[in-house]
Amino acid sequence: MEITAWEKVKLARMSVRPTGLDYINQILDNFIEFHGDRYYGDDHAIVGGIASFGGVPVTVIAQQKGRNTKENIVRNFSMPHPEGYRKALRLMKQAEKFHRPIICFIDTPGAFCGIGAEERGQGEAIASNLAEMILLRTPILTVVISEGGSGGALALGVADRVYMLEHAIYAILSPEGFASILYKDASKAEQAAEDMKLTAQDLLNFGIIDGIVAEPQGGAHNDPQQVAENIKIILENDLKELLELPVDQLLRQRYQKFRKI
Amino acid sequence: MNLNPFRAKKYAISKIYRTRPQEIERPRDIPEGERPNVPQGIMTKCPQCGYMIYTKNLTKNNKQCQECGYYFKISAYDRVTMIIDDGTFEEYDKDLITEDPLGFPEYDSKLKRTQIKTGLADGIVTGKGKIHGIEVMLGVMEPAFFMGSMGTVIGEKLTRLFEQAIAERLPVIVFTASGGARMQEGIFSLMQMAKVSAAVAKHSEAGLLYITVLTDPTTGGVTASFAMLGDIILAEPGALIGFAGPRVIQQTIGQKLPEGFQRSEFLLEHGFVDRIVPREQLKQTLGTILKLHDNLGTEAKGLN
Ligand SMILES: [Zn+2]
Repeated sequence: MEITAWEKVKLARMSVRPTGLDYINQILDNFIEFHGDRYYGDDHAIVGGIASFGGVPVTVIAQQKGRNTKENIVRNFSMPHPEGYRKALRLMKQAEKFHRPIICFIDTPGAFCGIGAEERGQGEAIASNLAEMILLRTPILTVVISEGGSGGALALGVADRVYMLEHAIYAILSPEGFASILYKDASKAEQAAEDMKLTAQDLLNFGIIDGIVAEPQGGAHNDPQQVAENIKIILENDLKELLELPVDQLLRQRYQKFRKI
Repeated sequence: MNLNPFRAKKYAISKIYRTRPQEIERPRDIPEGERPNVPQGIMTKCPQCGYMIYTKNLTKNNKQCQECGYYFKISAYDRVTMIIDDGTFEEYDKDLITEDPLGFPEYDSKLKRTQIKTGLADGIVTGKGKIHGIEVMLGVMEPAFFMGSMGTVIGEKLTRLFEQAIAERLPVIVFTASGGARMQEGIFSLMQMAKVSAAVAKHSEAGLLYITVLTDPTTGGVTASFAMLGDIILAEPGALIGFAGPRVIQQTIGQKLPEGFQRSEFLLEHGFVDRIVPREQLKQTLGTILKLHDNLGTEAKGLN
């Protein structure tokens, strides 16, 4: 049965859906979380650290949703502040220094909109990630696991390979926000979801992502282990391929990947 | 469960749409000297203080109210005239228009109307010119074109500008004025943030100078990409500059925003702008900065 764009939006936001940490724990061994951006604080909406991926040391960064209200308050509903993006960049630079590949899991409604976020330069933090990631001399693999919301998602999305889960979405704005801006009516979100072309299938057709990770019937939460296994197989293949490339070629390809859009 | 992990593996090359905007004929020819957005009528009313200004004087006065100092929004071509030495501007990619990558409802007709209204194919003017005799690549966003929103054309024109600047070893100056990403081009607009930022990074890696001048308003995806990537970031006084718009923030946090929030002066105070420069001093300031970097192109050439 065909699932509509709006149904995918709802699926992607389900609280039972596996989160970044779920995949980290299933796919990677010996995960050690590191904290803080070294400037201001530690953002719980983004987790990061080092781990072993089939014996290869990697740096992993994930936007982290909570499972319930209490967890979501701690995680700020996975809406990062500038310090979250700066922590991510710090860990990515560290990965470059120690020749570790980087794996990112995107899952955010968007970067947080608030006074503190503006005071501390949300725009500058995201912009820096975009500009720095394109030059990082180590492979970067990104998977959009549920919601890829706007610049707040893209800030972990400048990668050599970008995948989406079958029912994940990736868009310029939430369908509700989009509807209120373009249709002057937030209740037209369902229509907006269709018009925006935000599904994994749309983005693959556009050539914006590299592939789709299959989910079980009904969604990833019905068999998280299988989904983790699917992600693992894809990333393992890619990593092998990318680690064999001379770094200059890797960077040329990464530039071209975004240049052609 | 027997699931194929590769429901769709690798690049689906055959399915990739052509997304690079194509050059086509402009909707109409703009007669020489006729510029869009010049206020009509003999008198123009200042929206801030209500003063009635002779339109002719307004243009002479850098589009500033002589009573209260309010800056009127300035069209891209007027900005070029204000900043670039007379007769030195060579425009690039003037006729690049969007392919409407999503086939978004009613976008095409709205585009055509805006093109006729503004005399522009899309929301930015790019090209090469001189400031006080120094060659520079210039991009100026047009606030009247879909509120300066960035879609594939702005992304492509800026990327080409930076690539050309790398090839010619020239500095780049970009005047930003944008409500953010162009909604009607969806995910393609979002990806322009990565594309332009990549070109900025390459330009920077080549040791070349990039200056941004933030004008009212600079928000959303433009702030979160090339606006904030300048080696030197200047701003016009009182410009709204931020990631999220004030209305969105107010809705999110449900409290009133402090006075002066997200204005140039606020950004200066928080360390995100190098300098606030009044409009009438912009050319002088840019000229001085360029002069102090004038060795870059030739020196690096000498090293090769
Ligand atoms: Zn006035």
